[in-house]
Formats: sequence, C-alpha cells, structure tokens
Amino acid sequence: MTREITGAQSLVHSLEAVGADVVFGIPGGAILPAYDPLYDSTRVRHILVRHEQGAGHAAEGYAQATGRVGVCMATSGPGATNLVTPIADAYMDSVPMVAITGQVASAAIGTDAFQEADICGITLPITKHNFLVQSVDDIPRTIAEAFHLAGTGRPGPVLVDLPKDILQSVTSVLPHEIWPPTLDLPGYRPITRPHSKQVREAAKLISASRRPVLYIGGGVLKARAAAELRTLAEMTGIPVVTTLMARGAFPDSHPQHLGMPGMHGSVAAVTALQKADLLITLGARFDDRVTGRLASFAPKAAIIHADIDPAEIGKNRTADVPIVGDCREVINELIAALAAEPRPELEGWWHTLDGWRRTYPLGYDTPADGSLAPQHVIERLGRISGPETIFAAGVGQHQMWAAQFISYENPYTWLNSGGAGTMGFAVPAAMGAKVGRPDATVWAIDGDGCFQMTNQELATCALEGIPIKVAIINNGSLGMVRQWQTLFYDKRYSNTELGTHPASPRTGVKRVPDFVRLAEALGCVGLRCDSAAEVDATIEKAMAIDDAPVVVDFVVHPDAMVWPMVAAGASNDDIRVARDLAPDFDYSGDAEVNL
Amino acid sequence: MTRHTLSVLVENKPGVLARVSGLFSRRGFNIESLAVGPTEHPDVSRMTIVVAVEDLPLEQVTKQLNKLVNVLKIVEMDTSVSVQRELMLLKVRADLSVRSQVLETVTLFRAKVVDVAPDAVTIEATGTRDKLDALIRMLEPFGIRELVQSGMVALGRGSRSITDRSLRAVDRSA
Repeated sequence: MTREITGAQSLVHSLEAVGADVVFGIPGGAILPAYDPLYDSTRVRHILVRHEQGAGHAAEGYAQATGRVGVCMATSGPGATNLVTPIADAYMDSVPMVAITGQVASAAIGTDAFQEADICGITLPITKHNFLVQSVDDIPRTIAEAFHLAGTGRPGPVLVDLPKDILQSVTSVLPHEIWPPTLDLPGYRPITRPHSKQVREAAKLISASRRPVLYIGGGVLKARAAAELRTLAEMTGIPVVTTLMARGAFPDSHPQHLGMPGMHGSVAAVTALQKADLLITLGARFDDRVTGRLASFAPKAAIIHADIDPAEIGKNRTADVPIVGDCREVINELIAALAAEPRPELEGWWHTLDGWRRTYPLGYDTPADGSLAPQHVIERLGRISGPETIFAAGVGQHQMWAAQFISYENPYTWLNSGGAGTMGFAVPAAMGAKVGRPDATVWAIDGDGCFQMTNQELATCALEGIPIKVAIINNGSLGMVRQWQTLFYDKRYSNTELGTHPASPRTGVKRVPDFVRLAEALGCVGLRCDSAAEVDATIEKAMAIDDAPVVVDFVVHPDAMVWPMVAAGASNDDIRVARDLAPDFDYSGDAEVNL
Repeated sequence: MTRHTLSVLVENKPGVLARVSGLFSRRGFNIESLAVGPTEHPDVSRMTIVVAVEDLPLEQVTKQLNKLVNVLKIVEMDTSVSVQRELMLLKVRADLSVRSQVLETVTLFRAKVVDVAPDAVTIEATGTRDKLDALIRMLEPFGIRELVQSGMVALGRGSRSITDRSLRAVDRSA
C-alpha cells in the first residue's frame, strides 16, 4: 500500500525540504488545515504575528538581513488582502519572499464565498509570479518553483494560493522522496552572465573617463557583491555613491565614498552625478528620487548600466553601454577587463570632489531651546551600537536621517522601504531581521506616525523572545509631510499633528499615546529621553537589555528638517543645503577640471 | 502613434491573458485587437496583439512581457515581412430588391455567403484591416445588422518559424 499524505502535510514537508526555517503568519478558516501539520514540524518555526501586514514585513526583514527567501502565511480574504502592502513593498524593493495564502474550497471559488478574495488577481501586478494550486499533487513542485522564482534573477515576491479542499485532499506524491522536484518554468531564464563585448566596451570607457562615478544600487547587495565592488572601486580609484537601497554596499568610512545621492543626498554625491562624464551604474534604476528632473540629470555623462533585469536598462535613461547580468559577475568581469586598461586619471576630479565634501558636509542645527535634535539621537545610536548592528527604518524624516547620519560599514545592516515608501515597515522588519540574525543587535528607527501603524508586533516580539530595540524619533507629527507643508504649503499644518508630544500645541493633549506605557503594555521595556545630555545613557541602558524588546521614546524638536533637499520635480542642480541656501559650485579652486 | 503587431507565445495556462493585458492596461494603452488560440503544440498558445503606441513605451511593455513567467517568446511582426489577416462575419440587410447587388460586392471582395434568410445574408470575409474596412464601407448602404471580427492573426513570411525553439524548451521542462 502506498503511503498517502494530505495537501497540508505536503505543504509543510515541501517548506521543510526547500529549507524554509521560519514562517510568519496567522491562521484562519481556509489555511487552517496547514496549521495542523505545522504544529508538529520541528524544522519550520511558525511565528504568530498580530496582523498579516506584520507577517509580510517580517518576512521582508528576514530576507533582507539573511539573503534567504522570507515566508509569510495568511488565510483567505482579509488575511490575504492584509498581505497586499508588504507584497507590493517587496516587489518595489526586489525582496525575495514567498506568501502562502489559504483560499476557499475550489468549488466555492468565484461564488463570493465567506472570506473569499481573488488574491491572485489582486496581486497580479505586484508579484513576480503567483500560483493558484489546482491539484494536490502539484504542491511540492509549486513550492519549489515559488522559492526558485523569488530567490533567483531579480528577486521578488511570489504568492501561492491554496484552496482549502486541496489542503485537505490526499496525495501519494511525497515531497521528501521527490525533492528537488523538476521545475516547469520554460519561460523563466534570467540572464546572469554579462556579454563580454559589452564589458570590454565598459572597461574602455572607464579607463578613458576623467569624471566617473560608481552609481551603486540595491542590485549590488542582492548579488552579494560588496567585496567585489570594493575591489573594483579601489583598483580604479573611482568615487562611489550608494543609493537608499544600497546603503552598506560600500563602507561609509571609505575615503572614496561620497554618500547617498538623491532628494536628500549629500551635496558631494548629488553633484558628482550631475557633473560626471561617466556613470558606472550597477544594480540601480535611475529612480525619480535619485535623478530629480530626469531631463537635467547628469547631462554630460555617458552611461554604463548593468542590471539583471533587462527591462530596467533604458527605461528612464538611455544606456550607452547596456549590460544585462548579475552584478557580482558583471563586477568580476569588469575587474578582469580593467586589468588590461590604464587606470583612469582622476586627480583633478578628486580635488573638486574633496572641495565639495569639505565645504558641504552633512550637518544639522542644534535647537536653540535646548530640545533634542533628532539627527543627534540617530547619530549617537549609530556610534554607540556599532557597525555590526542592523537598522530597520520606517518612512519619512527619521528614515532619511537614519540613512544620512549612521555610518554603514557592512552590507545587510540597513533595511528600509525604499521604492514603496511603506510607513510602518520598521518594527515588523526589525522583528524579521532579529529572527534571521538572532546574534545581531537590531534597532528599529521609527517615527511616531509609523510606529502607530504596526507596533502591535511588539507583542509578538515579547512573547516569541525576539528582543528588538525601537527608537521612536517622536517629533509629535507626520514629520516629512509637515516639512513639505512648511516649505511648500505656507506652514498650513493640515492634519499632520499627532499629539504624541508632551503637550500638543493644537489641542493641549498630552502624549496620546504615551509610548512608554504602550511599550510596557506590549510586554516591552519602555524608556524616554528628551534631552541631549541623556541620549548616550539612554541608548546604553537600552543596549544592556537583552531579554526583552525595548522601546525608547526620544522626544525631539518638532521643526527639524531633512537637508540637503532637491524639491520634487526640480533639477538636481537646484539642490538646497538648507532653506534658501544653494551651494556655490563655482567654488572648486582649480582649473584642472573643466566642468 | 504607430500601430504594432506583437506575436506572443505563452504557456497555455489560466490567468495568462490577464497577466499580459494587465501590462498594457496599467500604462493606459488600449489593445486594438487581440487574438488567442492554440498552436501546433498543445501546451503553447499564441497571442497576436495589435496596439497603437510609440516605440519607446512599446519597448518597455515588450521587456515587461518577456519577464512574465508564462511568456515564452515575443516577436514584433513587421507588416512588410508578415502575412496579417482578420476574419469578419457580417449580417447585411438584403431583400430581393438588393440581394444581387450585395452578392456582387461579396464576389468582388472574394468573400463568402455563409447563411441566408429572406431579408438578410451573413457574409464571411478574411483579409487585411484595409480590405475589411473597404468591404464594410461598400456594404454599409445596404444596412449592416451585426458585425463581429476575430482580431488580427499574423505569421512571418518565408520558411522560418518563431515557435521551434520555444516549443523545444516547453518539451524539455515537461
């Protein structure tokens, strides 16, 4: 007699076979059969989150911190639709993730059954691919295909929708016996190996350039090519900028690093791109937040553009040398090809760049009223917790300051929602990162607005033994929106006041919610800090607590703004280092480089 | 805007049409004509998509189409090196007083009458877009009661086939 297992067992056995060690999820009616064998699994740890969005972002945090595919699970209908935001987020930031959703029984699909949603239809434009499983025998192959698609080529989210009757029916296909199953993906052939003629062409351009910049995007991290990038940068002496998605791909302390480009990038990084004669673009995609007004972006630069996704090349900016391939292979081949070429002559370029760096370093004002500067808090967090710490940010001012004022020395230490800009990313992503890298210190740097979107996962952290640390940069408002209201809406602060400060200027209400008490209610240690003198001691106190999640309410000045800034839709040439203060680019002090 | 004809080989699976059409609709491109059917291989379907769009956005859509896991191959069919045909059925008012004139038009366009009633005929015609438009213009004065068109299908001229390699890939992975 042949042995038979249920579809639910097949799913759990397949997850074990594919090497998934953690699943973030919440059970419900349609997915319930899967939770029974999951209860017995010793190899797959299920972490019960408090909201499916938390499961999705936790899977993203896990994936970004470890490089492995993150897994989240939810039931049909609202369970599945609650995953939509993290799936869209993972799609925008190319995060490898598999989402497993229950679906109503096959016979009920399309009848508006209880908790039915067409989640495959809903996630069609925000997944790399999705599957509605129609036969119990297909489960192992589908899981194998989902993980393969999520983790190879340009990574991304893949959804597997499993009708309840499929989970309940039996099959004689045993995952452990047939693993790895033969994949049936004839239309999926990611190109990883770059064309050698293109690489040689790129090497020639690099060698002949006088004002080149290595424009580094998240693709370098996805390709795990940080070491190779460093070799390439050092052998050529070319300056490096790392985008928001690539922070950590090149050490911030490295003398060739100019910082982050883009809307809130450093003057040196933004201007280097503007004045460059060659951009060596590796795993970046000319996003509007980097280019500013596209027509005036890097007007004199020739473009080498390497990306694993052919659709990125030429999408926003025409490439002079297009290279389709995995960034690590591209960089390695570039290194080999450059060995035969003379090193570019960059003395004059560096003289100019150093002038910009010296004249326009990142900085901030200390508030005159003695209140806390948010940038100071973030800077000290980076210093005290050290370069091995993983930081996860929400979205807004605190995210930009965290990208600017922490020195990232190692890859995979900076997790954020770059493309989608999903507020509420930080706490669940930090949770996922801590689960994937339990020995690392993980700080969520969050805003008071973001924190109120997903802080329920602190209960998960407290109960599951996931001691993350959360720094709430509490400015009492939706800070980035408020900054735009200050700059572009005549200080009309429509609906940005949150009332989380000691005394709300508008309502007089004090601290709703009180984050310290909220943290305690969620099983965490709650701390508060509102003066510069206490910052270091508070951070050290938080660092000393290792057996529970810690939340620190840093009460900061409400009017601090993120600078430098290129206004939306403006040219990068019009960067402002502070309000109404444009850098003087005529300063350069040399005649060697004709800009 | 230029009119482009794309031949897209896809896996014969549920949802593929939605994935393909979604890439056009999200960019606000209107598909002028779409024909889908099986090929010489049971696991492979062929879509012929006609869309009026500028070259650059079309290149982006084509690249995105190529990324769809169920898409095997995309070829743009240049009108000068491909045969392009549509099938049209139309029901034309044709009582005894005008029937001979209607039939004369049918003959002129090498179309066929496939059904007849006392006061109407149903005509089947194949051809290029231009020819079918001309036929419609000629029959309009008699009164067109109903009209249906298949969407364009196209095949490259000469002996080369765009399906060979893709079908081999499907066989290999099956």
